[in-house]
Amino acid sequence: MNVSSAVVRACALVKTHGQGQSRVRAVDEVDLEVPQGQMLAVMGPSGCGKSTVLHLLGGLERPTDGELWVAGRRIDTLSERALARMRRRSVGFVFQAFHLVEELSAAENVELPALLAGRSRRQAGRRASLLLERVGLAGRARHLPSQLSGGQRQRVAIARALANDPLVVLADEPTGNLDTAATLDVLRIFEDLRSAGQTLVIVTHDERVAATADRLVSMRDGMFVDDTWLAGSRTRGLGGLIGLGE
Amino acid sequence: MQDAVLAMLAKEPSHGYHLRARLQQSLGPLGESMNPGQIYVTLTRLEKAGLVVCERADGLPERPERKVYALTPAGQQRVAAWLAEVGWPKPDLAEFHLKLAAAAAARLADPIELVAAQRRELLRRLREVQQAALAEPAGTGAGLLLEGVVLRLRADLRWLEACERAWSKADDEVEDG
Repeated sequence: MNVSSAVVRACALVKTHGQGQSRVRAVDEVDLEVPQGQMLAVMGPSGCGKSTVLHLLGGLERPTDGELWVAGRRIDTLSERALARMRRRSVGFVFQAFHLVEELSAAENVELPALLAGRSRRQAGRRASLLLERVGLAGRARHLPSQLSGGQRQRVAIARALANDPLVVLADEPTGNLDTAATLDVLRIFEDLRSAGQTLVIVTHDERVAATADRLVSMRDGMFVDDTWLAGSRTRGLGGLIGLGE
Repeated sequence: MQDAVLAMLAKEPSHGYHLRARLQQSLGPLGESMNPGQIYVTLTRLEKAGLVVCERADGLPERPERKVYALTPAGQQRVAAWLAEVGWPKPDLAEFHLKLAAAAAARLADPIELVAAQRRELLRRLREVQQAALAEPAGTGAGLLLEGVVLRLRADLRWLEACERAWSKADDEVEDG
């Protein structure tokens, strides 16, 4: 695969925390390529470094060592200002705890990144209502986050992540605070994004979320230990799973 | 399957094709692989066992001579016994557990690698069920069944995680010792 076809590419990525004896390698020489349109899940026990990987990929933290490219552009050597601009334009973040601005309505939350990226109020507003409709919340545009359920808040957060039409959406435990029904709503949106060709990297410990991805990477002690292609491989058929047709 | 078909006849005598439609509605995408003739094979077996009787009913002009199946008293007793039964299919974990132990003892295969392969297989199954569940409209009976299959697969995946932890630890102890 050449460099330009990968939306995200990491080479021998290292992140250490702490100093001296207590120095910990949270991410230990990780290599990764995520091609355009792929939905990748990263799974592993808590503390394995999976969230750190996500933060590195999105430019929220800087690697201690290694190289990192987003859309063919090296980002680990960028200035703070250039890095912040890259984050705004190219990356959409979804967090476990939603991180919505509580004083702003759903629509205003979704407009915010577009306004920060220099779009006009009108453009940002139009984009926000389109995105809220896409996540099934057209009727909740004027609601404050406190007036929404957890699942609805996370859908607003996903709409916000899409505001600047990012190259990649990075999601950190997006269903960690949600019940089953709300989880399925979020997974339906991810399916929809995937079929629209959106590149997605999702860190999760929820097997349902991982199973929605095309590809699953397993992480232990800062390292990738397994890389599995899940898409397209038919099993024995659904009936076999409940003992029918055997 | 036999018990489920019998129990469906408890409501009223029914045609084979009607029973099949009811089964498929309950099973949704999970019933798609069901052989179309399976219901008739089952009904014939039940008839031979004296649990149902088959009567020829006056059919519609376009469908003459339809067979209608009804429960016999013995069939009714069997349905009552089935409903009262608390048996539950046992997940076959012992076989895999023994496979890991045997592979490690004979140094035939790395148990951790076996666990990883099994995990990949279960994740592919989970993916397939999950996609069917996402496509299923909310509130259908089939959606509930799919959720059950998803929960089982998740439980199995968690057990595999426990297997991985235990066998990794065993590995470390061998290396350290």
